Amino acid sequence: MKFLVLISNVPDTTTKIRFVDDNKAFDTTGVQWIINPWDELALTRAVELKEAGGIEKITVANVGESITEATLRKALAVGADDAIRIEAKPKDAFYVATQLAQVAKNYDVVMVGIEASDYNGSAVGGMLAEILGFNSVSAVSGMNIENGQLSLTREIDGGQQKIDVETPVVTIVQKGIAIDPRIPAMRGIMMARKKPLTVVPAVDAEEKTEYISFELPPPKAACKLVDEDNVKELVRLLQEEAKVL
Amino acid sequence: MSLLVYTENWDGKFKKLSFELVSYAKAMADKLNLPVTALSIGNVADDELKQLGNYGASKVLNVADNRFDSLDNKALAEAVAHAAKSENAQIIIFSHNNVGKAIAPRVAVKLNGGLVSGVTALPESFDPFVVKKKVFTQKAFAHVQIDPDIKILTLAQNSFELIETENNAVTETYDPQVADDVFSTTVKETNKVTGKVLLTDAEIVISGGRGMKGPENWGQLEELADILGAGLSCSRPVSDEGWRGHEEHVGQTGKIIAPNLYFTFGISGAIQHLGGVSSSKFIVAINKDPEAPIFEAADYGIVGDLFKVLPQLIEEVKKM
Amino acid sequence: MNFEFTDEHLMIRQAAKDYAERELLQDVLERDAKAEFPARHIKNLAELGFMGMMVDPKYDGSGMDTVSYVLVMEELSKIDAATSVIISVNNSLVCYGLCKYGTEEQKEKYLKPLARGEHIGAFLLSEPEAGSDAMHQHTLAENKGDHFLLNGTKNWITSGNSASTYIVMAQTYPEKGYRGINAFIVDRNSPGISLGPHEDKMGMRSSDTHSVMFTDVKVPKENRIGEDGFGYKFAMKALEAGRIGIASQAMGIAAGALERTIAYSKERKAFGTEIANHQAIAFKLADMAVKVENARNLCLKAAWLKDNGKPFAMESAMAKLYSADIAMEVTTDAVQIHGGYGYVKEYHVERLMREAKLTQIYEGTSEVQKIVVSRTLLRE
Repeated sequence: MKFLVLISNVPDTTTKIRFVDDNKAFDTTGVQWIINPWDELALTRAVELKEAGGIEKITVANVGESITEATLRKALAVGADDAIRIEAKPKDAFYVATQLAQVAKNYDVVMVGIEASDYNGSAVGGMLAEILGFNSVSAVSGMNIENGQLSLTREIDGGQQKIDVETPVVTIVQKGIAIDPRIPAMRGIMMARKKPLTVVPAVDAEEKTEYISFELPPPKAACKLVDEDNVKELVRLLQEEAKVL
Repeated sequence: MSLLVYTENWDGKFKKLSFELVSYAKAMADKLNLPVTALSIGNVADDELKQLGNYGASKVLNVADNRFDSLDNKALAEAVAHAAKSENAQIIIFSHNNVGKAIAPRVAVKLNGGLVSGVTALPESFDPFVVKKKVFTQKAFAHVQIDPDIKILTLAQNSFELIETENNAVTETYDPQVADDVFSTTVKETNKVTGKVLLTDAEIVISGGRGMKGPENWGQLEELADILGAGLSCSRPVSDEGWRGHEEHVGQTGKIIAPNLYFTFGISGAIQHLGGVSSSKFIVAINKDPEAPIFEAADYGIVGDLFKVLPQLIEEVKKM
Repeated sequence: MNFEFTDEHLMIRQAAKDYAERELLQDVLERDAKAEFPARHIKNLAELGFMGMMVDPKYDGSGMDTVSYVLVMEELSKIDAATSVIISVNNSLVCYGLCKYGTEEQKEKYLKPLARGEHIGAFLLSEPEAGSDAMHQHTLAENKGDHFLLNGTKNWITSGNSASTYIVMAQTYPEKGYRGINAFIVDRNSPGISLGPHEDKMGMRSSDTHSVMFTDVKVPKENRIGEDGFGYKFAMKALEAGRIGIASQAMGIAAGALERTIAYSKERKAFGTEIANHQAIAFKLADMAVKVENARNLCLKAAWLKDNGKPFAMESAMAKLYSADIAMEVTTDAVQIHGGYGYVKEYHVERLMREAKLTQIYEGTSEVQKIVVSRTLLRE
């Protein structure tokens, strides 16, 4: 089986979010870019499965400008076999999915994180599947290959389900698919330099949504503190002031 | 033309979010002078279907076809798209949860529509169609314009109040005509808890962190949750240590929740944790460290020993 | 001049940081309290390739440069210097010495498992009566033709119990003085080796430090490193490189204390505002940061010289001297700024202060580093 893991390049999760250009653009000054945490978990599981002998090849792909190559190199260091960067500024989810479709059609299993921690679209995986006519499974928290057949665990309301699904398929993965992202070994980091990273030109695609402007949430009022021996007062505030009890 | 709402049920009862979605659609529909149609897939009794009318659905399409029980995304998307076409829907609304996230993008491609996910309010304008959504894991908002005629939205949970209206709903059985060969998901095993409050649907969530010291101390949290009818969750270190299951982990990489009241015990409030809970209406923090960042996010707090606070709290809520 | 790190450098640094923050931090306080060896971590760090970082891949190492090594030592030491000293001894004393002066057979047999991290190495130079005074070795290695016979005691041996491979300096020809010293590779399980108790140290408590006694220990002659009488020079060369490891460790301890203190100063309030807003604190933070940055630059300069085949003995001594001294100053300031919190274990800075002290003492005290620097200056 051939796996394609989609990699988003996102600001480090501790980044202080700021906007520039009259709140029309995200301020990238001093931002450290990382692999989207859910994509990193997807890659980690793919590498584990490859080490167990179930996968022929893992490719990582990204739609982005050259700045994203460091992120792809890290994915190669973690254990992907090759990388593809589609040369384009990612616009909306449909635009990105259309770009990825030209690459993803050659794979059996596509893995993508449940959302990207920047624009929180949660849409690329589903759109890509629909464009290619692949099935898609969302909220995947476990993946195994048993006798050459893909076996998935997904989160459903109140629990989990084990399912079989025909390939090709887009799996939209979440926490649980792997516990911690894999730290690349030194050997992997050295090898990453020699692994192929192909740059593919963008295809024409429509942009269906546009980000007009951004805003930060209003500052929060200070926390009202209650004495440790006066829990009664806390309950009163929640009942009478917040009206949530 | 109409607005179409994708509703969800849990063991035959509509989730609260379904009523939120219908209320939201109705508020928009009134401005556009259009009717709201609700789509229900699953085994839901007629009385329950009628409930959707209380929030403004004028028509309820009932798909009682157990082939959809396998939650095959491709088939579900085809069913929604079929209904959207037959209802001539201009705006299609899903919840921003696992189900909505799975189906809405597929429906958007099928109908050549524009999708915005995680919407938090009614559109700011209809022409151009602009909505507000959360970005950067709830640390900011964006205003997004949808260009195509068909607009598809996933609504962030707890971002719209329930509004009851006069009930004029008609329910009808609906066949979305999805062929057998579209279904390609086989369910082998289901493990689900019934009769417990769904974390993502709970109005009150009780959450424990590393300050709880160990899994043996969770009894009091469970008791409190039982009395309040609350969901139970935990921070990442707790699930990583194996004190509680991963399904209870809330935070940026775990479940994202938005209850009315989020009660934390011994959670310091790392930025990654807050990313998953900051849409809660009210946050209460109980932590012995006055410097813990959770107090920056909380509305009410107690700086003190949670093991002293918990028994008192249980006594107080019992009296309610 | 180019101060830019390569993409690989950044990735390696991140890998070390991720491991330290995710894994070492979890049990560092507990291991310090119980003086427990970090066996699980050493195994994991070996799998990541940190035990033989600069060893050629043909001997199962990672083939990294010394700059990478500095970055890794800094990140690990910010969190846990007791673990990083095990890494440092293995990499820059033991593996480095064997790489540079070992025979092909010695490399096959001993270097490979050390570089893979399956074996841990220890470097046995100090003696009860010869710490800084390495020229006067009392441990004897009698030349018996096909083997040497070791007798004597070595002190303060890092990984004394956990190591499988010892590098031992001992006197073969007392009449020749330091020119009679040899260095040997000694199997830890050789008959005649016994250990003193686990030293109950002030800091670096989870690294296991022992004295090691040799009683008629037979060492095959093929285990001698280099020519007959090369031992003193070997030890000095190994220490030249080793100093970069300990210098980076000291700098990392200081950098870790600084990071914690900055975070604390931005959270802790006094007199109605975060203490970082008080100039007395803010200026102290600035002084600490300048010291850390100076130390980092000295470490990287020494590493760069070594990577480029240039002499680095004086620069590595400067780096070790300066980094160790400022580590003591910066960690002391860190505890002071933390106030009462700084004096309790939970906040880590008191531990960093205890760890910093050792960096002024081991692998050449600060005074010995001054000897190295001044002798180089005055040589012409």
